[in-house]
Amino acid sequence: MMKKIATRDAYGRALAQLGGEKADVVVLDADLAKSTKTIDFAKVYPDRFFDMGIAEQNLMGTAAGLAAVGKIPFASTFAMFATGRAFEQIRNSIAYPKLNVKIAATHAGITVGEDGASHQTVEDIALMRVLPNLTVIVPADGPETEGAIRWAAEHKGPVYIRLGRLGVPVINDEASYQFTPGKAVTLRQGKDVSLIATGLMVSVALEAAEALAAEGIEAEVLNIHTIKPIDAEAILDSAARTGCVVTAEEHSVIGGLGSAVAEVLGEGQPVPMGRVGLKDTFGESGKPDELLKKYGLTADAVANAARRAMARKG
Amino acid sequence: MSEAITQRLESTARQIRRHIIAMTHAASSGHPGGSLSAADMVTALFFKEMRIDPQNPQWPDRDRFVLGKGHAAPVLYAALAERGFFPAEELKGLRQAGHFLQGHPDMKKVPGVDMSTGSLGQGLSAAVGMALGLRLDNKDARVWAILGDGELQEGQVWEAAMAAAHYKLDKLAIFIDDNGLQIDGPVKEVMSSYPIVDKFQAFGWNVIEIDGHSMTAILEAIETAKAVTGRPTCIVSHTVKGKGVSFMEDQVGWHGTAPNAEQAAIALKELQ
Repeated sequence: MMKKIATRDAYGRALAQLGGEKADVVVLDADLAKSTKTIDFAKVYPDRFFDMGIAEQNLMGTAAGLAAVGKIPFASTFAMFATGRAFEQIRNSIAYPKLNVKIAATHAGITVGEDGASHQTVEDIALMRVLPNLTVIVPADGPETEGAIRWAAEHKGPVYIRLGRLGVPVINDEASYQFTPGKAVTLRQGKDVSLIATGLMVSVALEAAEALAAEGIEAEVLNIHTIKPIDAEAILDSAARTGCVVTAEEHSVIGGLGSAVAEVLGEGQPVPMGRVGLKDTFGESGKPDELLKKYGLTADAVANAARRAMARKG
Repeated sequence: MSEAITQRLESTARQIRRHIIAMTHAASSGHPGGSLSAADMVTALFFKEMRIDPQNPQWPDRDRFVLGKGHAAPVLYAALAERGFFPAEELKGLRQAGHFLQGHPDMKKVPGVDMSTGSLGQGLSAAVGMALGLRLDNKDARVWAILGDGELQEGQVWEAAMAAAHYKLDKLAIFIDDNGLQIDGPVKEVMSSYPIVDKFQAFGWNVIEIDGHSMTAILEAIETAKAVTGRPTCIVSHTVKGKGVSFMEDQVGWHGTAPNAEQAAIALKELQ
């Protein structure tokens, strides 16, 4: 059994470490510090932690003001409320003036589980991807989260980092993993189909590739941790090699990774394509694993989509 | 306050008002009414109170200013130009394609603008963040903001008001430009934001109520705000939309309409 860690846990740990290294790092939360794990930072650096209460619009605006006077604010709450409730604050007070705010939002996607659809955002990537100046990152596991958080703290400019509640397999080496923004990570090479995934669906895509290999199908697996700017070159190269593509994400198939990849392929290398994700639907209450199964976010679903895409090759 | 100082500031405020008329006329668009109502407060801040350096707009120790009611950009641009942040000739480029003077303040384009605003209700949050950050760095700098009375209808203002009092931001003070009018009509008819004084008091602020066109009252209120500790200050300023131009005063139609050549000429004459 592979080791599992939730990306929110990796975030809390990275943030507490960063606090000791960079005096300008400040953290804001909206009454969810125990859930988002910003509590790890708050315990060690209480003077630099601001609980803004249940007020996400002011959370984002205050983070913008802190950035305007030279701080490096990490603003955290659930992804639903960060990107939905405070969308316009992110647009007008953070992205438009290009302020140095890091929006690290947890509990994204349906694996929030029992809390149900009101708390499960499957739209946040779409909402953040459309904003100019904003870098959008969806780490696949713990080591990638730590790398992304460290990079974000060094980078000058607004960043959105999508994190999850559920423990997910650690697929990258904790000691040696280097996060390179905007660069796809090829986790497996193959010539028959490209599986392009993000977030927790990266490990699911690896599982699917394993199953396909048993049938003699060689799947290439790309981890797109940076949704924006997207690594168009890696996507086009892979599509040229394999001739068909399947995307996989814990997000609506509208506006997320699938859309981003379709845009790249449509303009550069049209090939048969399938998208695994939520099919224009809200989630519901349930255990994360049950929900992943119900909404088709499984290795089986990815493998099936791969077979269908391959069948459409010329 | 010496009479000479208030007279000098009143003269500067008239000059700012002339710029507002000239630039909105040149742009054939913009918001003269709410710019004119805020002119005296802006003048007191930029020409008497705030520690700022036109030669070094990004000076880290400077006082900050946030124009919550960003549509009053002309009054801010006029003050910045008169203060020497950029040449006054640039004011006629307001709202023109390719020119740096955007319809609403853009901190990335306009020297001296500390926060991009325009979407109402967001400015006070940024001011709260600035005050928190400056305090962390043990800086002496103050944060000033001007909000509209209509702007108080935005819920985010009250989130920020709660936070400012909670964090005891005594280096933060705001003016409410209470001119009583918004686009659709009188504030009290569209969606009353009154009583403003009681609301800010209930939120834990120090509140001062003044005539927003009395330079003496504005300067006194600023001094009072600076002396208060442990609480932010809200200066509720009773103002007249379109102040200084007879045919614009208290007329809601001048919220977002630019004067034509004939109207501008009359206005400029009145503002001599």
